[in-house]
Formats: sequence, structure tokens, C-alpha cells
Amino acid sequence: MVASSPSPTSPCVSLPHSERSRDRHKPRSRDGSNRSDRNVTTGTPSAGTGALDQTPAGTDPQDDNWAETTTAVTGTSDHSLSQEDLAGFAKVIEGPGPLGRGRLARLLPLGLTLLLGLLVLLTPLAFLALPQLLWADRLQACGTACEGLFLSLAFKLLVLLLAGWALFVRRPRAALPRLAVFRALLALLTLLLLLSYWLFFGVRILDSQDVNYQGIVQFAVSLVDTLLFTHYLAVVLLEVRQLQSCFSLCVIRSTDGETRHYNLGQLSIQRAALVVLERYYSDFSVHNSALLTAAKSRTAKYLADLKVYSVDGPSSDGAASQSRAKMAAAARHRDTSHNELYYEEADHERRVRKRRARLVVAVEEAFTHVRRLQEEEKKKPPGDVLDPREAAQAVFPSMARALQKYLRTTRQQHCHSMESIQQHLAFCITHSMTPKAFLESYLNPGPTLQYGCGGPQALQWTLVCEASVTSPLRDGTEFQLRNADFSLVVSTKALPSLKLTEEYVHPKSHKFVLLLQSETSI
Amino acid sequence: MSYIPGQPVTAVVQRIEIQKLRDGDNLILGFSIGGGIDQDPGQNPFSEDKTDKGIYVTRVSKGGPADVAGLMTGDKIMQVNGWDMTMVTHDQARKRLTKKNEDVVRLLVTRKSLEDVVRQSMMPH
Repeated sequence: MVASSPSPTSPCVSLPHSERSRDRHKPRSRDGSNRSDRNVTTGTPSAGTGALDQTPAGTDPQDDNWAETTTAVTGTSDHSLSQEDLAGFAKVIEGPGPLGRGRLARLLPLGLTLLLGLLVLLTPLAFLALPQLLWADRLQACGTACEGLFLSLAFKLLVLLLAGWALFVRRPRAALPRLAVFRALLALLTLLLLLSYWLFFGVRILDSQDVNYQGIVQFAVSLVDTLLFTHYLAVVLLEVRQLQSCFSLCVIRSTDGETRHYNLGQLSIQRAALVVLERYYSDFSVHNSALLTAAKSRTAKYLADLKVYSVDGPSSDGAASQSRAKMAAAARHRDTSHNELYYEEADHERRVRKRRARLVVAVEEAFTHVRRLQEEEKKKPPGDVLDPREAAQAVFPSMARALQKYLRTTRQQHCHSMESIQQHLAFCITHSMTPKAFLESYLNPGPTLQYGCGGPQALQWTLVCEASVTSPLRDGTEFQLRNADFSLVVSTKALPSLKLTEEYVHPKSHKFVLLLQSETSI
Repeated sequence: MSYIPGQPVTAVVQRIEIQKLRDGDNLILGFSIGGGIDQDPGQNPFSEDKTDKGIYVTRVSKGGPADVAGLMTGDKIMQVNGWDMTMVTHDQARKRLTKKNEDVVRLLVTRKSLEDVVRQSMMPH
């Protein structure tokens, strides 16, 4: 059920670019059904969606034949989309539909924070305004010291608001599974503070109708001071405390064993998991499921072909003896299977190197055809003047075949679509990069972020842990971050506390002697 | 050939008497020495203990007076004509061996094989 490869007669839909970029940021839900009516598909969109799904290396997805069918593409408008982009659209457009539970859960803490901020802002102002409103005639006049207090109150409120905005009003990076303990405690503390001040105000000032206005203003200023100190506490607890690293986390990907080590400070397990995930997207090379199936197939093939016959008649424990016999045969097979592995790998290595050599030559040749227009040539250009995208499309066919063959050999063809390669080529041409720079992203697999986010499944992680996720990290903590395709296993180790002593060396104390070994003949 | 600092050095020695050969104006003995308290003991290939700064015989020319007298390469010279050679500089050693007014030098040398021979001969059969 392979859809037709993109040809000049496939339907194209013109859509403005801005819509495309806006929709990319909306959170996507799991089911990828085509609910939008703007979508035109002629084949199965399933093969083109999700850059990281497990298409086995044998079956070619629909966009893999672009090297053979690519002609020099000219005259197409910049805004036309090809078929695989349409398929990707299906998932993006239906994002803003239902306001999912996840979205609400993300906005709730932000809403509460804003409410608390509003309360913090209004309380001192209320303290100042209420006496004026209720018993203005009996109030003592406000002298210069009092007015100075007004000034200081205004500036302190401004500082508090700005600091609060800087620290708390941020787009939440992720939805954590449990409550963030410190934030909740701080919010509670602030609420308690406000409550106690209101109580005091209500009892001592409103009820008794105090006439000393300066005292009231000082009371309001003391509230703002206390709030500023609470904010200092928030900064220290939320930001500063985890800056000093005291744990080293070892992150191993379960499928291919790629390992990284990170240094972290004192964090709760869920926040540490967040940090690990952020670093995962920029440090770990992209997960290539096609590379993993090769190893399993070897022994599985051999074991599947084994048949066990019992020569001595039916034995008492049928299944157990059969499995034991199979294991013994597999153990004996292992003695010779290393041979196969070695030759297979040597062969593969040679093939990859050959293809790579062809690719490098083709790309270098393609790049020699493109040259930046010089200043003096702008009056009468020697040939057609092209912008980067057109230049990329013009030189692309000469290297397309070699590139596609290389990607197929290294099993990376599902990570790069024709569109992305042309885009990358245009990017390299714009910035006058060498062919080696262009090829770098295809020769070495880059970090996961480079390939786009890969659909909503890629962003859904599960934290698996034996301890409670809000408990702090300790030496020996282990947890797992599970994705649909693989999992990251994280283990913690405390950084050793080092003992540093000093030894003073006088600058003139470096003296040397020459030791010779002379031999005298006598 | 190891020693304990502060204790007297004991070794099994062999007495070798070399007749100097007159060669024009010089008196030659036919061997080369190395070592001394001003030299680097770590570069001595013949010593067992690499901190030993004694005088060692590094080369014996074939057929020369020293070879005839039985001196072998790798020997450590303990005394020359009664003068101690275990704590001398390289130049002092050279001077003691090449005195113009002496025709004969009587050396006390030690080597590892001497000790082994003595130990073997002392073992009950």
C-alpha cells in the first residue's frame, strides 16, 4: 500500500506560511485522525507521519524514491506544499480543538500565581486607602517623614512586582506529575503572611479606628519589606539551591546504550528528570530504531529454525528438556556465529565507506557549480540570478542519488525527507558553507532536537521510580524515563567531597644539578 | 652489595694486582671506570642497588693488563692500594688509579658471583 511518489501532477495546496508556524506550538493530543477539512490526501498518510516511527529498513516509505524521480524543479511557487507535508498537517491542525485536561493542568498554577500576585499588590494599597476612605476627617495630617514613606513604599512595590514577574510568571516548561513542593510551600507562606497582616489590620486599626496615619503607613511598608524577604527566600530555594552540583547522574539509553553524565545540584526527582530530558534532546544522538533490529535477527533466525526431536522416546519433562536442548545448541552455535558477525560487519563497513566516498565527490562537484554573485557583477550577471532556495533546487539532483544511497546504507533514510535536505542545502548555500559542512549532518547523526520533535508521542514521557517523585535526589537513586520506543535509565551518584590542601613553593626554590655518568678509561 | 647506612660495609672481595703497562709517557691499565659520589647512580648498568655510588669497572680491554690480572666488567672496586673507593668522586678515583709514580695497583674488587661461590662452598654437602 505504498502511495505514489511525488510527481509534478500530485495535488498541491497553497497555504500561507504563518499558519504553519503558529500551529506548530499548540499542544497536540495523541490520536492522529484527519478531522480537518482542509486536508487533501491521495494516499496513506501513515507512512509519512512521525519522523521517528519504526519503519523497518526493508520496506521503503513513500518519500524514499525521490532520488530517482527528482527532476530539476523550477517554476513552483514558494508556498506550495508536497504530499508528505500535507500528511503532517493533519495532526497539527486539529490541535486547538478540545481544551484537554493537560492544558488546564498547565494553566492552573499560572493562574494561581497571578491571583496571589494581585493580592500582594493590592494589600498594601488597601492598607493605605482604607483609613482615608473610612475616617478621613479624624486622621492626622501626613508629614514629610510620612510622605517619604510613601515614596519608599511605591519603589519597593515596584521592585517586588518586577522580581515576582521575573521569577514566577514563566511559561511552564513541562507538566510535572506531582506538586512542586517548594512552590506550594512558598505560596502557602505568602498567604499566611497576608492573612496575618490583614487580621492585625482588621483588629488593631479598623476596629479601633487608629488616627495615627504615619503608623499605618509604616505598617504597610513593613508588610512590603516582609514580602520582599519572602521573595528572597523564594529565590534561594527555587533557583540558587540547586546551582551547586553535588550529584552526578549517569543516563543510559536502554536500546543502544548511549551514555552521558551530568552534574546536578539538590533537586527533587521530578525536577531532575526534567533537567535530564532537556539535556537529552540536545545531547543524545537521535534514536534510530532501524539500526537495532539487525542484532536480534541473527540469533532469533537461528533459534527459530531449530527443531528438537527426542530420540530416546518421550521423556518426562517435555518442554523443559526441549528448551535446554535449544539453549545448548545455541551455545554451540555461538562459537561460530562470531565469524558471521565479523564478516558481516566488515562488509557493511566497506560498503558504507564506498558510498560515502561517492557521496563526498558528488557533493563537492555540486557545490562548485554555485557561486555567490560578486558586487561588480550585479550590473550584468553572467547567468540567471537565483535566490538560495532556487539555487539549492538547481544543484540538488546531481547529488540526490548518491545521498539517498548513502542514507539507505546507514539506515537513516526515514530521518531526512527530500524537503528537509533541500532546505539544509539552501541554508548552507546562503551562509557560504563548504560541502563538508553540508555533509556533516548526514554523516554523523545529530541530536534529537535537530530532527524536529517527531510528533506528540515523542514528547510523552513516563517517570518510573521506586521512591516518591517529590523526594530529593540521594546517592544511589535510580529512576527510569520511559518513552514509547525506548527508555532512559538514570542512576545517581554523589560527588565526592574533596579535600584540598595547599603547599607553598617559594619562586626561588627551583634549583637543579646536573648528574653525569662519565666513563674514564685508564 | 647492599648496605645498611651507618653499619660497616661487608663484602666478599678478590685481590687483583695489575701491572701497569708503559705506553710512551703514559701508564695504562686497560680498563674503564664509571660511577662516583658525584655521578648519577641510576644509570649504572652493573650495580644491583641503583643507589650505589661506588666505582664500577665498565669495560676491560682485551689482552690488557687488567684482563691479564683477572679483572672483569661489572666489578665494583672497593680499595686501591689501601685507599677506600666506596665514597670517592669520579675524579678522585681516576687520580688514585693513575698515579705516575706507581707501577703496580692492588685492587680489592667485589662481584656477585663471589658471594654465591662462598655461600655455596659453605653449604653442607
